Amino acid sequence: MKRAAIGSAAALLALLAGLSLLLPGGDLVAIARANPDLAATILIELRLPRTMLALLYGAVLGASGAAVQALFGNPLASPDITGTSGGAALGAVVTAYLFGIATPIGFAAGGIAGAGAALGLLPLLAGARAETATLLLAGVAISALAGAATALALALAPSPFAFYDAFDWLMGSLVDRSLPQAGIAGAGAVAALVMLGAQTSALDRLALGEEVAQSLGDDLRRTRIAVVTATAIGVGACVSVCGAIGFIGLVAPVIARRMTGHHPGRAMLPAALIGAALLLAADLLVRLAPLGRTLPVGVITALVGAPVFVWLIVKSRWQAAL
Amino acid sequence: MRGLEARGVGLRGRFDASDLTLAAGSLTALVGPNGAGKTSLLHALAGIGRPQGEVTIDGLDLRNIPPRVRPRLLGYVPASRELAWPLRVHALITLTAPEASSITVSALLDAMALTDLTERRVDTLSTGERSRVLIARALLPGPAVLLLDEPFANLDPLWQLLLAERLGEDARGGMTILFSTHDLDLAARLADRILVIDRGCLAADAPPAEIVESGIIARVFGVERDAIAGWRRALPG
Repeated sequence: MKRAAIGSAAALLALLAGLSLLLPGGDLVAIARANPDLAATILIELRLPRTMLALLYGAVLGASGAAVQALFGNPLASPDITGTSGGAALGAVVTAYLFGIATPIGFAAGGIAGAGAALGLLPLLAGARAETATLLLAGVAISALAGAATALALALAPSPFAFYDAFDWLMGSLVDRSLPQAGIAGAGAVAALVMLGAQTSALDRLALGEEVAQSLGDDLRRTRIAVVTATAIGVGACVSVCGAIGFIGLVAPVIARRMTGHHPGRAMLPAALIGAALLLAADLLVRLAPLGRTLPVGVITALVGAPVFVWLIVKSRWQAAL
Repeated sequence: MRGLEARGVGLRGRFDASDLTLAAGSLTALVGPNGAGKTSLLHALAGIGRPQGEVTIDGLDLRNIPPRVRPRLLGYVPASRELAWPLRVHALITLTAPEASSITVSALLDAMALTDLTERRVDTLSTGERSRVLIARALLPGPAVLLLDEPFANLDPLWQLLLAERLGEDARGGMTILFSTHDLDLAARLADRILVIDRGCLAADAPPAEIVESGIIARVFGVERDAIAGWRRALPG
């Protein structure tokens, strides 16, 4: 049954990816008949990077969300809520606007460094296995700090257009990214997914508690470093290209754990598939919605994700009251 | 079958490096005041929290045993019954023994009176029920050595009795068992050896009768000898 669920998630994902490549903005088949070169350009230079980014960024958010939640033993931990995405944005902004390194690789390196710093700060503030409230407060503090520092960096930037330039990017968007940019985000995402996949059984054993996991020979420090490094690389590289996209890292693992009987490690693969499907669907919605203007995709994910976040908080309050 | 041999095993600042041998098929109780280091010694033996020293089970160095094989050598039952994720009872018990046959699993579930709870989520269980689940998880792979931290806490009187019986049977079947407890009666009745821990050191290591006679319990717990004289009566014979 679990395999069937994962299979249907993968099929849904393929369908969404196909729609994302072929559907929006006019009939690609008709264009191809009239002007094959134009159709190829649209497909390869516009649709492909966008679809690739949605697929891989969503997958990284889902998988790293599941991994960070497994590590903290807390369903409310996720890259955006713990301030990791904010840290990545800060790192990328500082690299680009203060250090003037505007190459995609420099940008990605800044994002990875920022995400790593934010994620490293979290256990220092909240403790290695934090209560929900402490974890959320630490995340709020890190996000606020990263947000303020990002604004400061943009204000101090030599270019007077820095704020304007950065706005669309900071809101989280998949529009108009080049194939090389998508390649960099994709490389980070794939590296992160491979590294996280290697931790599946160690994270599953954490369901037995940290003591039992260690008695089984798991080196928790190594697991933590692996998850933090992978999350920083994946989220950092993706944020540096697309900006911070919220709530997918929170919502996808919640759905995935229901599919895998709440195994924290085994939930990573379905969480990656669901995260990819959610971001693809949100991006399709942005492109197909008859609003007459383009919304940043981060707005859609937040509109869907915030209620889930509220529901999780209410649920954990209700459980604590028992 | 050589049981557990520990050389220079300790936890920095918590438990002084000590040598300890638990013979195969022995049932040993670990007693001592709060904060004396019972959990620290169990942690050091199980490899929890970067302990010093070397632990071998049936001659195999524990550090070289990968997580996949380890459940068959060492079972650990922690004092905390808190579990972060709401797995179902059956999934949690079989997590470290996925190859266990359904006959073995249902026999164990039956023995631990968990058959009716198999499909329940562990977050809906009582603390005592969760204790039984954690003990069953450690027992399922049939470990050579079983370490239990306060296994009798949270259990009702009937289950204390049933668990004592079960541990006795497993030890007679060749399993090497060490459990910590504050129930001196139970320790004297059940164990064939008692380790007394005091301020991060091994204060005594002898059969129950000798421990009772030596008066070390009164000294370590800081009470009059008469105050805990009652537990002599618990001795068999």
